[in-house]
Amino acid sequence: MKISWLPAVAGLAVIGAVIRAAFFTPLEAKQGAAQKIFYIHVPAAWVAFLAFGLVAIASGVFLWLRDPRLDRFAESSAEVGVVFTTVVLITGPLWAKPIWGTYWAWWDVRLVSTLFLWFIYVSYIVLRGAIDSPEMRARYSAVLGILGALLIPFIHLSVYLFATMHPMPIVGKPSAPSLPNEMLLTLFLSLISFTLLYFSFVRSRYHYAVERDTLIEAANQHA
Amino acid sequence: MADILFGAWLIARKDLAIEFRTRSAFLSALVFALLGLVIFYYAWDPTAVAASDLAPGVLWVIFTFSGLLGLHRSFSVETADHAIDGLLASPVSREAIFLGKAIANLIFVGAVQAIAIPALALFYNLPLGNVAGPLIAIAILAAIGLVAVGTLFSAMAVNTRLAELLLPMLALPFFVPIVIAASQATSKLLSGRPVIEAGAWLKLLLAFDIVFVVACTLAYPFTVED
Amino acid sequence: MSSKISTGATPIVEVADLTREFGPTRAVAGVTFSLAPGECLALFGPNGAGKTTLLRVLAGLLKPTSGSARISGIALPGGPLARSRVGLISHHTMLYEALSARENVTFSAHLYGIRDARARVEDALRRMSMLDRAGGPVRSLSRGMQQRVSIARAMVHSPQLVLADEPYSGLDESGARALTLVLQELRSAGTAIIVVTHNLIEGLSLATHAAVMQRGRFVRHEAASRIDAKSYAATYREALAAGG
Repeated sequence: MKISWLPAVAGLAVIGAVIRAAFFTPLEAKQGAAQKIFYIHVPAAWVAFLAFGLVAIASGVFLWLRDPRLDRFAESSAEVGVVFTTVVLITGPLWAKPIWGTYWAWWDVRLVSTLFLWFIYVSYIVLRGAIDSPEMRARYSAVLGILGALLIPFIHLSVYLFATMHPMPIVGKPSAPSLPNEMLLTLFLSLISFTLLYFSFVRSRYHYAVERDTLIEAANQHA
Repeated sequence: MADILFGAWLIARKDLAIEFRTRSAFLSALVFALLGLVIFYYAWDPTAVAASDLAPGVLWVIFTFSGLLGLHRSFSVETADHAIDGLLASPVSREAIFLGKAIANLIFVGAVQAIAIPALALFYNLPLGNVAGPLIAIAILAAIGLVAVGTLFSAMAVNTRLAELLLPMLALPFFVPIVIAASQATSKLLSGRPVIEAGAWLKLLLAFDIVFVVACTLAYPFTVED
Repeated sequence: MSSKISTGATPIVEVADLTREFGPTRAVAGVTFSLAPGECLALFGPNGAGKTTLLRVLAGLLKPTSGSARISGIALPGGPLARSRVGLISHHTMLYEALSARENVTFSAHLYGIRDARARVEDALRRMSMLDRAGGPVRSLSRGMQQRVSIARAMVHSPQLVLADEPYSGLDESGARALTLVLQELRSAGTAIIVVTHNLIEGLSLATHAAVMQRGRFVRHEAASRIDAKSYAATYREALAAGG
């Protein structure tokens, strides 16, 4: 059993970033401790969009080259992306309750778009599970992977227009604060460590997919 | 191009002939829409919410759900006796097959709307006559986007183990911008504002239609085994 | 092990080392043959041997993975022109059950670009003895009757190549006779035919050539006139016993 360095490095980096965020980064003046959720929320959101962006790219190239490795990558990236999207959807309301006074904010375009990202890619996973033929599963999910990426700007725009036309009373909506350097560095380290974690998860999930497909292939040839 | 349109017309005409013969999907979609109008009315307190505030949301939510009923039928008639193999083996192109199915679905959805919208005006006591023109424009723009995405997902869902259960799950997230834009534009109209105020929403619908009619027509051949 | 036997006119079908894979599975694994106008290949073999896949490649429903296939000189996948030369009969009827037999066959004729289809539709239905039942919905017909309509729909555009995948399934004796008669008429008019069947006698009665397919390959392939029915039946039984 080969010991892989990527999960170890990614895990240590995330732990380091969280410790730095918790103990070695100053409290934000207005928001206090709640602001520290951002060091998880923002990197998770970045990874979620990265994951689904890569699903769309892998899907497009798959339809062109029909290489099963691209399909396995898209499958892995979508599943990992759903995990990070779930983290975004949990940490967002946790932050919003003390700051905005409400768990869910329909006017927050990014949060609502993330919810739809989650819906689309959960149905992507359900679609994959509902098809037996690997070849058809790859084509169908590639089509959904591309269309899903095309949909996101429309969701974003319609929620944005909705929010601007129906302004709602917001309890002190913070407009992107200019973070002091120490906080920026912590955020930057979190982004790097979460990105490493994403690649580590995708790699493990990809290896799982390879082994599963090898087993299925062997079983088929036996039959 | 002329070949594609001619093939699409043949297929759309065939689908409408089947629907006209059986009328099963049309009647169920229509009754569903009318029942929806009635049920939604009782789901709100009419003394607290004016019918004209309620109507736009009700109309477009029902529109998408009744559309789903018709969309599922679109490709299940093709798979019953593998008629789709006959289409695919014929000289008609795959794009023509997709457009033909979509045109038939558009007429189907339009026919349901043509009854459901006057019924809405009647039940909710709305003076829709004054805004008929812009409302029809919204309905057409909304229907095109809905049908483009719905036809593609119908073709996919029918070949999966979950069949019709999968269609709403795949399609509804894509209907969200349509429902938001159409409802918001309709409520502008109903509150007596000039059409120009709904302009942003109409542009959004138009952009959605262009992007997804093109994307889904190009994507359909990839859903066919080759 | 396959050989080119056809002689004479320009072949309608030319298949060389044709392979079609589904992922790791090779459904058709290097098939070579050709058919001239008026020739008929009877294709036997166990389930899963690749017969249906071979026919679907020739019908333009599947792309070859490697090797080449030509229909009237057009390399596959050949687009609308190649598809318009082929008529497909399968064990699925490919009919719309809410429409009548006449409407189904007319729709098919229109798909193949026949503008004034009436006479040809009536002729195709007459040949399958379906004229008197052509008006009601296909749903109300028996399985065998539906199969006759399906055969009429496959020949209404006078294809140069007819691909028939177990066309006798579901047909009663008179239906089978009508089918054999129609296929013989098509042959003498210069149509090439590939018929997949489990019935040696029906298959050999039509064929100019015969092949046994197993695991994606032709394990026997020869002119029907040279076939000794007994030894053929033995090979076929061996292939069946060995499985696809």
